[in-house]
Amino acid sequence: MGSRLALDDGVYLRNSVQTAAKILVVGHFAVGKTTFIGTMSEIPPLRTEEVMTQAGQGIDDPKGAPGKTTTTVAMDFGRLTLSEKLVLYLFGTPGQQRFVQVWEDMTRGALGALVLVDPERLEESFPVMDLVEHYGIPYAIAVNRFDGTPAHSLDEIREALDLLPETPVVSCDARDQRSSADSLIALVRYLQSRLN
Amino acid sequence: MTTDDEHEPELTHEAAELVRPYVITNGRDLLDDDRFSLITLVTVAAEPPRTMPLDPEKLRLLELCSGGFLSIAEIAGHTRLPVGVVKILVSDLTQEGYLYSRAPIPSAQLVDRQILEEVLNGLQARFG
Repeated sequence: MGSRLALDDGVYLRNSVQTAAKILVVGHFAVGKTTFIGTMSEIPPLRTEEVMTQAGQGIDDPKGAPGKTTTTVAMDFGRLTLSEKLVLYLFGTPGQQRFVQVWEDMTRGALGALVLVDPERLEESFPVMDLVEHYGIPYAIAVNRFDGTPAHSLDEIREALDLLPETPVVSCDARDQRSSADSLIALVRYLQSRLN
Repeated sequence: MTTDDEHEPELTHEAAELVRPYVITNGRDLLDDDRFSLITLVTVAAEPPRTMPLDPEKLRLLELCSGGFLSIAEIAGHTRLPVGVVKILVSDLTQEGYLYSRAPIPSAQLVDRQILEEVLNGLQARFG
């Protein structure tokens, strides 16, 4: 390895790729964003970090010290080359209100967002849904089914989340590639329908 | 009899800290324009200048980019530098002729429609 930074060929994009698109995978802490991205990505998921200077007011960061004025926000992301010319990036975005700087950077140019929700902790998804709506990002809901999760019907979940009738709600297993791909497909179909 | 001596311990203490991002960027502020996004694609220029940049962080970044195209986010991930710092370094290296970046496609309904179509086809071809 030494100090050389040039990496294996598989790390780089094909030279023919012309366009990069971005979809956000958002949700509350530990809902399965990183799992989803790991399942779908063609490269080992990467992490970017930004140091936030604003005072934190959240209470859910297990490592955060209260009253700290700087905090590091980590975002995991993955990559999916979809054709000779197109690459899709999936960015996992933390759902806390205090990360507005990150959100501004993330949402710029995003096609849409997949909001992962845990059916047992639906109320924890409200802040992140507020953020997505605030930034005007069209979204679909993917209900991440954990082992042994009692099956709330998707209609019950739709009602509990107070969604617009057209917002897609799909069931998904973030560990399963086919299932995760299906939820992305549902999102993209919805995004298409909004343009018609 | 004031001397500068009394200030020195403080300076020494500061220097002992890890190199901060604004040192790497020579103290400049982060870019606030839209030239570089997280998904701007970057690689080395076809005909870069003969002389190499002196800055070790820039050299590191050039070497990383020598293998092909990567997004700004991937460069940040591989180098473990904050995204804002990577944007500045890439901006400099592009201006100096070392790097080439693929201009982001302006967002417009027609373009989005096309991209969505391609994303859908790609997902279906791969996982459908």
